[in-house]
Parts: sequence; C-alpha cells; structure tokens
Amino acid sequence: MSELTSKTIAELRDGIRRREFSAREVAEAYNSAVAAARRLNAYTLETPDDALAAAEAADSGKSTGPLAGIPLGIKDLFATKGVDTTAGSRILRDFKPPYESTVTANLRKAGAGMLGKLNMDEFAMGSSNETSAYGPVISPWRRKDGSNAALTPGGSSGGSAAAVAAGIAPGVTGTDTGGSIRQPAAFTGICGIKPTYGRCSRWGIVSFASSLDQAGPMAKTVRDCAIMLGAMTGFDPKDSTSLNQPVPDWEDGLSSDLKGKRVGIPREYRIDGVPDEINALWDLGLEWLKDAGAVPVEISLPHTKYALPTYYIIAPAEASSNLARYDGVRYGLRETPLNGSLDGMYCATRAAGFGAEVKRRIMIGTYVLSAGFYDAYFTKAQKVRALIKQDFAQAFNQCDVILTPTAPSAAFGIGEKMSDPLAMYLNDVFAVPASLAGLPAMSVPGGLDGQGLPLGLHLIGPELDEQGVFNAALAIEERAGFTARAEKWW
Amino acid sequence: MSVSPEQVRHIANLARIAMSDEEIERLVPELNAIIGWVEQLGEVNTDGIEPLTAVIDQKLRLREDQVTAGNIRGEVLANAPGAEHGFFAVPKVIE
Repeated sequence: MSELTSKTIAELRDGIRRREFSAREVAEAYNSAVAAARRLNAYTLETPDDALAAAEAADSGKSTGPLAGIPLGIKDLFATKGVDTTAGSRILRDFKPPYESTVTANLRKAGAGMLGKLNMDEFAMGSSNETSAYGPVISPWRRKDGSNAALTPGGSSGGSAAAVAAGIAPGVTGTDTGGSIRQPAAFTGICGIKPTYGRCSRWGIVSFASSLDQAGPMAKTVRDCAIMLGAMTGFDPKDSTSLNQPVPDWEDGLSSDLKGKRVGIPREYRIDGVPDEINALWDLGLEWLKDAGAVPVEISLPHTKYALPTYYIIAPAEASSNLARYDGVRYGLRETPLNGSLDGMYCATRAAGFGAEVKRRIMIGTYVLSAGFYDAYFTKAQKVRALIKQDFAQAFNQCDVILTPTAPSAAFGIGEKMSDPLAMYLNDVFAVPASLAGLPAMSVPGGLDGQGLPLGLHLIGPELDEQGVFNAALAIEERAGFTARAEKWW
Repeated sequence: MSVSPEQVRHIANLARIAMSDEEIERLVPELNAIIGWVEQLGEVNTDGIEPLTAVIDQKLRLREDQVTAGNIRGEVLANAPGAEHGFFAVPKVIE
C-alpha cells in the first residue's frame, strides 16, 4: 500500500485542502492500486478517468464540497449514468442507465469521483459474493494456517468490503437489505453503517426488497463513515419512502464520551453454535463501552429467533415482485426461442439471465404470495415483523444503544457454504432484526480471531439516532486499537 | 406444508422462469427445506397484531399533478434489446 492509499477519507480530505498533496496524486495512487489488484475481482468495471476528473475539479478549486477530490468505489447496484450497472447479474450485462442514482449524484455533488463499480452478490442476494455472475470476490484476508485458502469477503457488498480492506478505495457505497453492509464489513475488518430506513434515497438503486433496502457507506473508520453518510443522505421527492428529516452533521457530533448512556445487551443473542471467541469479543466490547462511561442493561428482544424466517418470507416476496420487470423487453438480456411466443421469450430470458440463488428466491417469493398461501405466509410474516419492531421499541425505553456481535463467525472459505442455502442465511442472524425494524446499525472492527481474521461488533440505535450509533462505535474503535491490515499477496 | 414437483412447475410458470425437469427435481427438496423452516412462524401468537406495512411511520406524500419529465424517448429505448420505429419490439403476439 502506498502512503496515500493507507490514509483515511478524513486524512485525504484534510491533506488535499492543505495542499500537502494534490487530489490528482490521490486519484492516481488509487487508480494504480485498483489496476494492480484485479486478482481480488473486487471491481467489475474500472473508471479511472472519472476519478481523475473529480480530482482535477478539486485541485482547480472548482469543487469544494466535503468530499472534493475523494475517489470512491460504487457498488454495482447504484445506477451510474452511461456507465455499466449490472447488479452482479447476467440479465443486466451491458445495461447503461440513462440516469444517475440520487445517492451517487449526492456524492458527486460533494465532490467525490468514482474509481469503478464494485462486484456484489447477484441482485444483492447472498452473504459471500459467490452468487455474482462475474465470479466471487476474493477477500484480501487469509487465515494464518498457511493454507492460503481463498476466503469470502462476505456479501452482498463483498466487492465494496474487499476494496476498502485492500486499500483500493478509501470509502465505498454499500447497500443493506438484511446485513449486506455489516456482515462484509465485519469479515474484512472495516466499518459500515446501515442508516435508518429512508435516510438514503432508494431512487436509482436496483431494487431487491423495497421495504428493507437501504444504502450506506463502508470505510476504514467511524469518522469516515460519518463523513460519507452525511453526503449520501437527504430528502428525495423521487423516493416515496424517503425521510423528510434534517440531516445532522454526524462528523461534528462525534464524541466517544458515553457518560450516562445505557447499553442494552439482548439475552436472546446468546445463541448456540457461535464460537467462544465471538462471545468473548462481545464481552470485551461491553467492557470498552463501560470504560467510555456507559452503563450496561440486560434487555430482551423476545422475537429474535423469528427474525430470519420472517425475513426469508418478506424479502423473497418483495424480490419476486420487483424482479418481474426483467422480461427481455425494455432493457437487459433477451433470449428468443425459435418460433417462440412472447411468454416463451419471458421464460427463456429469465431462465438464462438469473442465477440459481435469485431463481430460488423468486420461487419462494412467488410461492408465499400465491393464491391460498398469501395470508399463511406473507401476512403472518408482516405481523411478526410488527412484533419485532415492537420488541426494539420496548428495549429502547430501557437503553440508548444495543451491542451485539455482527456475524456468528469470521469469514469462511469460498465454496464452504454454497451447497446449503439455510446455513448461508444464518450468517445474517444478528443483522436481520435491525433491518426488519428499519433501525440504524453499524459494524465496527473489534479484533482478530485465532486464525488472524477480523471480527466485528454491532451497534443498533433507535430510529434516526445514527449519532448514538456512531458515538458508541467510536468508543469501541478507540479502545479496540484495531490496526491490523491484510498482508498484500495480490 | 410441502410442495410437489407439480406445484414447483406451477410456481416456475407463474414466475415465468423456464425450468428443466432436473431443475424442478432439485428445487423440490430445497424449497421444502426453506418452507419448512419459515413455518416456525406458526408458533408466534399474532392475534390482534396489525401487519406491518411501513417500517418507519410516515404518510405517503401527494405531489402536484404536473409533468416533471418526458420527451426522452431515445433514452427510454436506449437499452431495449429490440426497438423499432420508436417502440419496444417483441415477438409477434397475434397472427
């Protein structure tokens, strides 16, 4: 890693402003690092000229925004005008949106440039980046057993997480439907926050499950996430669920003094089969928060064990509806069987364009929404979702922020879990409840496991209290002293 | 409840995904495992609970009934796999 590519966004921003180095030097350092890291398969498309153009604008004083001249990686779920946006799917190969997503437009307004589009699980459906039509992303991290086994960076924002961990982007966008920012952040030793549902506009983000999808930043530090989130959020009339709320200056509000704050520890998150190392880190995290002045409170979230099954009804149901648009007519792949009917074209197009996991979820979603089953599955899941949200509302009468592990394991090997969909789904057991309740939640690195792989701690706040989440994460970051980086092999 | 190969074929047709018999056979146990697992929600007492439709409480906004975009036919058609004479083109539907 060159000196510039090991800096945080805050350091790059301040250095560019003070003219210690130029934005062009930053963009060039990242562009070469990106080109030299293709073995990781983190980027599906490189856009070095875009990064350079933003750098020129910053150096010439034309752009002065909070991210002036900062080059970022963009998850390939965000529509970028005239630039391939594939959602990790074959069905959108070569799709060039004639418009820009609100989130990336906001980042550009803040002065950021784009290094490229980041690989991801197809339509954000996966927890290991293995469902991408463009091949899995390889984590820059390796176990210290000498086996050099290729590990997953997690998913679905796997390219995003690997890029930050490998120093080939100082910050990236991710999206999180049921843990897709937080689990990969934990697997790769970086920070990532999913804000309150509605903070980031969903306009121009390829839809997966609209009642859950939220964009968020991933970066090396809590401060960097606060800077990026500030630039990404804001009311957008083009998204019917966009929150019309003032955007606080989260960076300015950062404080690791937690005096008087109550930290909830949900007893239902002690589940069987989670390695001792993860529970030990959880205990350590609580000690760090106590050291920062917080008071621990044992809380109960009684419907926790039903969160994953609820999610795996609601998310596929919404996905089956959202993905009905891929019909080979208006955009994307088209397969036309010889002498085929219109229906035959739909069926052949979708068979050829979607991968196995996406098909599986469309099938589940179609089943739970079909005549005769709708109430038994979908309406029931919406009711349990109401109970899960109510659990959190009650818990936040007793505490200000909740601490849990981010994921039930460290990164696993590529291929290890692909044959068992249910085992893969369990990766998001700690992340999904906050998604169902629309709450802000963040992963921050806590330490390494016995194999030298990163483990994350997870903070959940009440709705709209991103500041409380950031501040608790900052208190952990300061005390964990997590400086480990993946040793360069790529 | 569990699904049969015939039901899976029916769902695939509803979802407009062409599937071979082998794919259907493979999906039957996979879908049954997932459906069996989600059915644990049956244990939860949800009497009197309203289904959650909006996770953050907010009213749907109304907007002025004004044209805010348009006259971009070229852009709309730019990504179409088949476009002719300014329209989306599809295989013949009527003889």
